[in-house]
Amino acid sequence: MLPYILRRVWQMIPTLLGVILLIFFLFKYFGGDPAEVMAGLKASPERIASLRAQLGLDRPVWEQLWLFVQQIFSFNWGKSWTTNEPIAQIFATRLPATLTIMVPILLLEVLLAIVAGLAVAYVRGSLSDRAIMVISTVALSVSFLVYIIVGQYLFGFVLGWFPVQGWSASFWKNLITYAPLPVALAVLVSLAPQTRLYRSFFLDEIGQDYVRTARAKGVTENAILLKHVLRNAMIPILTNVATGLPGVFIGSFLIEVFFSIPGLGREILAAVNRSDYPVIQAATVYLAALTMLINLITDVLYKLVDPRVRLT
Amino acid sequence: MTRTNLQALPRSAGVWEQAWSRLRQDRVGMASLAVTLCFIVLVLLAQLGLVASGWQMEVGTPFAPPHFIGKITDGSQSAVVAGIDGPNVDISDVDPLAPRYAEWSERAARFKTIVSAKSDTLPFGGDQLGRDVLSKVVKGAQVSITVGLAAALMATLIGTVLGAVAGYFGGRVGDLLEWIYNVFTAIPYILLVFALAAVLKSGPLAKTLGGGVWSLVIILGLVGWTGIYRLVRAEYMKHRSREYVRAAEAIGATHAARMFSHILPNVSHVVLVQLSLHVVGFIKAEVILSFLGLGVPIDMVSWGTMLSEAQNELVLGKWWQIVAATAFMATFVTAFSLLTDALRDALDPKLR
Repeated sequence: MLPYILRRVWQMIPTLLGVILLIFFLFKYFGGDPAEVMAGLKASPERIASLRAQLGLDRPVWEQLWLFVQQIFSFNWGKSWTTNEPIAQIFATRLPATLTIMVPILLLEVLLAIVAGLAVAYVRGSLSDRAIMVISTVALSVSFLVYIIVGQYLFGFVLGWFPVQGWSASFWKNLITYAPLPVALAVLVSLAPQTRLYRSFFLDEIGQDYVRTARAKGVTENAILLKHVLRNAMIPILTNVATGLPGVFIGSFLIEVFFSIPGLGREILAAVNRSDYPVIQAATVYLAALTMLINLITDVLYKLVDPRVRLT
Repeated sequence: MTRTNLQALPRSAGVWEQAWSRLRQDRVGMASLAVTLCFIVLVLLAQLGLVASGWQMEVGTPFAPPHFIGKITDGSQSAVVAGIDGPNVDISDVDPLAPRYAEWSERAARFKTIVSAKSDTLPFGGDQLGRDVLSKVVKGAQVSITVGLAAALMATLIGTVLGAVAGYFGGRVGDLLEWIYNVFTAIPYILLVFALAAVLKSGPLAKTLGGGVWSLVIILGLVGWTGIYRLVRAEYMKHRSREYVRAAEAIGATHAARMFSHILPNVSHVVLVQLSLHVVGFIKAEVILSFLGLGVPIDMVSWGTMLSEAQNELVLGKWWQIVAATAFMATFVTAFSLLTDALRDALDPKLR
């Protein structure tokens, strides 16, 4: 196991290097001049020159790249160009709100999809299959934006079950009062396509020989689904959860902007709008690294979930 | 002699002909093809300026309701302010500018005043400025579908060329392209979109692109090629050592000819289905990005901008804009998705 992990980490290095180079050169050659962004439109040439010196922009490109790499590994990105808030602090203060929304979404999504997928696989037949297909095709053709606009209007404004939007300083108040509406809308929208996906995972397993053997020796259909099929379908389920996991840390931009939730997604979007490059660069590099790390952990988990998997 | 013999052989239908005849038997596929073609005609007409060219004109009263609802009678939501009645007060005896009255009235007489009648109701209702929602939704279809198609074409082009090169040559070139692929997929999709948006917004390219629709197309195209690359690469790896490619090599076809005139037609069904899948994905992405303020600029209209305007209108009870935009978009996206499914079945009958 350990040699495998070490080799995988070793293989990550070129990819991470590529991400760093891509982000550095993208902003260096295609982005605006940082000194002009920071100093504003009416800056004197002296002020721009001093800012350039301060940011190291007057040095050769390779030295600037080295500075960028140092920033990444020391976690010291300095301050935001526009609000002067330390970038580490931006991440630390915005992440909790994002997690408050995204962790319940992921958990509910997976749990409901497993239950619904099993239920649909249990009653598999032409009618339910077609119904699921039709529902998810039509449901997916309407934009997510429409669902949250109408959902907020209906549940927040007309029925008044939830506050229309808002956020507080207390975690429990957020979780109980403000999070339910965005969480419920996100889960509802993803339920049909997720059910279709999980149903296909379960149906793949139901066609296997071991299921026929279990039936032949008289195991009940419930036991087959819950014990045999569910366990064997863990690998695709795990893959699916792992794909969604990096998104938990980015947050859903749409939900955070729409419901005015002070999370990381909204912060990154604000950074794009005010050309606050360090915030975008830091988010991109760290989340790319996190994505790679999650992929590695997933591959290791495969082995734990299914001993037949060989890590090569 | 030989010629007559050859002509006597029964002619077998080509791949595309067979696919077309399979598609014609698919009733859902044909229906969705008809709907899609209607939208394409609409887009072309709008592009030529024949329909919906006057979408910016304020032809109705603010929030004019659709015809079947009838005009607003209580007047509470109408922004029309009645003018003050009665003649102007004559102040010429105290006004120091009084000698110029004659000149002014002469100048004013040179301009014709047209009293434009604003209609109380419009076919699909009006927005907050009184613009016709029907024109907006047609013009929005033009912008949204053009963005989706153009971005999908760009992503498909990049993905196909890179995938062909990586799959056909393999080796060092393949490794290099695999590395680029890994880098692009390591960064979460939406963050790459944002990084590119930030750069195109304030960088040196902002002036040449003019911030607008084309930068949106470039962003989506540059971010979305990875899936196509992967599939095309796998197909080329499968095909590159097949006999027909060896035969082409034997008659002296160059690498480029083998890649693009021999192998490409044999993998074009994969490319076509991917292209079609990406159109739908990019149209949906346009809606989200326009809402976040990174998509279509405010002097243009798309389904995305209409939906984001509708957020504030719904609370006022003005539901027609969101319904019109959603209905148009859902119709097109459903038809296009079904067409993609039918196309896949028709092009690759083995999949069934």
